[in-house]
Amino acid sequence: MRHALIAMRAIVLREALRFVHQRERFIAALVRPLVWLLVFAAGFRAALGLSITPPYQTYITYETYIVPGLCGMILLFNGMQSSLSLVYDREMGSMRLLLTAPLSRAWLLFSKLLGSTIISILQVYAFLLVAWLFDITLPPLGYVAVLPALMLAGLMLGALGLALSSFIKQLENFAGVMNFVIFPMFFLSSALYPLWKMAESSELLHDICATNPFTHGVELIRFALYVEWNGMAFLWTALATVAFMALAVWGYDPARGMMTRKG
Amino acid sequence: MKLPILTTLTAALLSTTALADEIWVTNEKDDTISVIDIETMEVVRTIETGERPRGITFSKDFSVVYICASDSDAVQVMDPNTGEILHDLPSGEDPEQFVLHPDNRHLYIANEDDAITTVVDTETRTVVAQIDVGIEPEGMAVSPDGKIAITTSETTNMAHWIDTETQTLFANTLVDSRPRHAEFVKDGTELWVSAEIGGTISVFDVTTQTEKAKIDFDIDNIHPDRVQPVGFEFTTGDTHAFVALGPSNHVAVVNAETYEVEEYILVGRRVWHMDFNRDRSQLFTTNGVSGDVTVIDVASRKAIKSIKVGRFPWGAAFRPTD
Repeated sequence: MRHALIAMRAIVLREALRFVHQRERFIAALVRPLVWLLVFAAGFRAALGLSITPPYQTYITYETYIVPGLCGMILLFNGMQSSLSLVYDREMGSMRLLLTAPLSRAWLLFSKLLGSTIISILQVYAFLLVAWLFDITLPPLGYVAVLPALMLAGLMLGALGLALSSFIKQLENFAGVMNFVIFPMFFLSSALYPLWKMAESSELLHDICATNPFTHGVELIRFALYVEWNGMAFLWTALATVAFMALAVWGYDPARGMMTRKG
Repeated sequence: MKLPILTTLTAALLSTTALADEIWVTNEKDDTISVIDIETMEVVRTIETGERPRGITFSKDFSVVYICASDSDAVQVMDPNTGEILHDLPSGEDPEQFVLHPDNRHLYIANEDDAITTVVDTETRTVVAQIDVGIEPEGMAVSPDGKIAITTSETTNMAHWIDTETQTLFANTLVDSRPRHAEFVKDGTELWVSAEIGGTISVFDVTTQTEKAKIDFDIDNIHPDRVQPVGFEFTTGDTHAFVALGPSNHVAVVNAETYEVEEYILVGRRVWHMDFNRDRSQLFTTNGVSGDVTVIDVASRKAIKSIKVGRFPWGAAFRPTD
């Protein structure tokens, strides 16, 4: 058990070190949602229409609406990016070193996932701080209540990244998957528009959005930011986390997954 | 053992209910009043009124409430405890807004269709005077010393100054298009008049009846035509005014010293009028089109909740319940 914890600590620290050494990555991760918040949202302010849906108690500006979605965006991009680093690790050979450690592969993968999720959460808080400076504020307790929601949503998206990375042989291929996964996941969710708005344009679109696990991750964050519980979102996010994690473990299994296919 | 606990709990609940202050809101389309419990922020009572209730005000001791039932051509007097209409006052045709004189006895009523202001004695229930004013009178105000009454006329675009001793006009001042609401502030030294179509508030020096400032509004991403100031109220010490900006769905916070707008707060659709709670820490705005009342926290200047009421809420009045 002690060995397992030491290994986890080492992997999390490695993630942290990698992050600290890539300051531009931190800035890029922060700039992306801020551009959406301060440029995109400002232009769409009047376009959204007005309706009060839970967890909101009153009318909100569009900037306020998309904050949870942008928190989700940070987790999504970071989850994918850290998986990208796994593909890189594999190409460079450092992964072979890691995976030969005398510990269960699932544990090593989970440690990696935990490390990258913690880093993502730090970035989300940095984003919330900047949003607060621009007077987009939330209930004070919400900043604390959102932590477990961020952790779960972060693990889910990180696990998805891990699962995807296990099926990708080269770095170049990963960029394509990013486009086919990140963008549809982000745009076909409640991050930018509420689901009732989607239903106005197309029922099918609404149904796709409602089944997208990213939608539930975002809704879990949205409710938590307003210190409210969303059981359905929690259930979906937890189920998706388990499913993606299982897929990742299977994918990295030398007997079945990518190792065999890699030949 | 359980019984005393239950009794105590029930007593505690009852006493809280009895003590919670209220906001009374007239619903123009429903012909009702929605009573909001300030503590729970929920509608606790709905009371039937005459047709198209708009202006609402309590007597100084809160023993009766006066309601302008515009389409019933009456000012109704209601017992706020029972919700029973005690009697109607002779109000003239189509009363829209009114103001109670500081003597707690005379109501000054704007009769929109007749271009007159009617003065009614609420004790004898008789019309004391009818004063010719401009076309479509609406906004009403009385100075704190009770010597001056103001009527604003929507079509003539004027504030009419009435001497309450002689019940005659002594001055008429031009304001911007469609003046809707008027208030005396700073111990009656200033008069503020909002102009809905003009999109401004004119500030007058009461002694000279001359305009000393004009306040403009400008909200990002909202067309100026939709910025239509209507009702407004002042914070403690008259330091700031909260101004309802109609279909722009915002309330402006105006510094009453510099006459600059400091903030715009998003509320429901077509915000009309408003009133504060007891210590003026919360403001309740009536949002006509969205049929709700938005609660604003005055200190943080943020909307904290919107409460569904009847259709087309118009006027709001605070009622202490102790």
